[in-house]
Amino acid sequence: MTPLPSEDTAKLRERYPEVFNRPASSRLATPLVIVAALAIFIFGLVDLDFSPSRLIAGVSQLGWISMMMLPPDPGSSLPAYLIALGETLSIALLGTMIAAIAALPVSLLAARNVVPSAIFRFPVRRFLDSIRGVDTLIWALVWINVVGLGPFAGVLAIAIADFGAFGKLFSEAIEAADRKEVEGIRAAGGSKLHEIRFGLLPQVLPVIAGQVLYFIESNTRSATIIGIVGAGGIGLQLAEQIRVLEWQKVSFLILMILVAVAAIDWISSRLRFAIIGRRAVA
Amino acid sequence: MTSAVSILPEQQLASLNEAYRMAVRRKRLRTLFATALFGLALALAAIGSEVNLRTLFTYFGNFVSYFDRILTLEDHTRVWTNFSEWFWGWQKWLKLLGETILISYVGTLAGAVLAFGLNFLAAENTSPAPWLRFVVRRALEFARTVPGIVFALIFVIAFGLGPMAGVLAIAIHSTGALGKLFSEIVENVDMKPVEGVRSTGAGWLSCMRFAVLPQVTAGYASYALLRFEINVREASVMGFVGAGGIGQELVVAIRKFYYSDVSAILITIILTVFLIDIGTGWLRARLFGGEARA
Repeated sequence: MTPLPSEDTAKLRERYPEVFNRPASSRLATPLVIVAALAIFIFGLVDLDFSPSRLIAGVSQLGWISMMMLPPDPGSSLPAYLIALGETLSIALLGTMIAAIAALPVSLLAARNVVPSAIFRFPVRRFLDSIRGVDTLIWALVWINVVGLGPFAGVLAIAIADFGAFGKLFSEAIEAADRKEVEGIRAAGGSKLHEIRFGLLPQVLPVIAGQVLYFIESNTRSATIIGIVGAGGIGLQLAEQIRVLEWQKVSFLILMILVAVAAIDWISSRLRFAIIGRRAVA
Repeated sequence: MTSAVSILPEQQLASLNEAYRMAVRRKRLRTLFATALFGLALALAAIGSEVNLRTLFTYFGNFVSYFDRILTLEDHTRVWTNFSEWFWGWQKWLKLLGETILISYVGTLAGAVLAFGLNFLAAENTSPAPWLRFVVRRALEFARTVPGIVFALIFVIAFGLGPMAGVLAIAIHSTGALGKLFSEIVENVDMKPVEGVRSTGAGWLSCMRFAVLPQVTAGYASYALLRFEINVREASVMGFVGAGGIGQELVVAIRKFYYSDVSAILITIILTVFLIDIGTGWLRARLFGGEARA
């Protein structure tokens, strides 16, 4: 590659001053951001007790653990694990459905085109927001205090955490619905309830069904971990086996979770395509 | 102006009506069948997860009164009448909250850097070899599917109790999630600049640096910020398994029935999550305008 003659570069500089003479502030912005990000990162490493010796010791320990995990082997507790897996799937399905059914009427209250008055809508929205701000695991701990240890607490935890998410998503779907069909019902003499039933719901239900399926999928993952705090399912078994250092069983349980999640993914994406068609999958 | 509605001859009408009724009946039957199947699945699920409505009805009062209790101080007054008593541990909690945010920051950054290193290998259009792409993709999938808290449980044993395990767990989980999103961005880039750079005789690394990278950085930063937001929530529960942050304090308060502490810690967590949401939302809007918001 031959360099350009120097008079050409000079001409270029003259022609595009904004490329060659960027002000210092814009040239310095990127390096400054990077330096600041790195500084916080290093401060974090120091503050959180990272040290090379701990890291090396931990990694070698981790390597040893991975060796112990092979081959995955359930021992004699395969039936118990299968039951736990079924429990996890049940928790995900039931929790999501309860949340969806409870969230539908509330989401109507939070939608702008159903409830026009902001004074009434605002508290509903903030209420949903604060439910969403609390993690599923925390809800599980609260429900354990109320209904005791076991999968039922898990169902209720998933139901209430998703209730917040669904309320928001559904109300957005309702707000995106077309006004014309609702006006058509009104023009034909329908009441407010008729408008919702025949004008809004047929537009909104497929979208909602897609979202519910998607949540069943993601809740299968959540349901695997709420067992860690004692709310039933396969997470309970997993946490126990990790605590007693039965690594072969641990790796088997992780494999089971991976397979189950992949299977649910596959089924629900199939159903989603069947319900709303390929184009609308968000 | 009048117009006549033409009525079809009797026979034709009858056959059309019949076809219509058939179609409706078939559709209804299908819906009914699907509903029955779904109901059956729900019933099975209810048995499987030991749903007991009687327990719920008996103890639902407990759930409501739980919120009553966490909003009451030990001297039976409402919490908001005495802030200094309610937030008695605010110094400790703020410090732990700072630790939580730091955990998610360090974890997200480490995960983003790792994902950045791997995503060009996982994307269909830039991967140097199919076998490499396959291996990297499976690895990312594994890191994404295993929940972060399961990694934390294992890391607590390998690295000892403390925030280090939490950081590493979040970093690994973020690598999986971000690696996939990043590689999807790379798959959508315009390939013409890549061809241009390659035609000058540049190697793979130069192609990535000068042709792909300028197109994707905005998207990367946007996704990384979004991930940071999610990781703050995640880090707030890492303490449940002993991996640092405010979760440890919360789980102790819930398990030992320190009611007013529960509400105080929950409120600080919710407020922090709100603030981080708003902050990253603002930052993303400012950095990339409206278009890059995923």
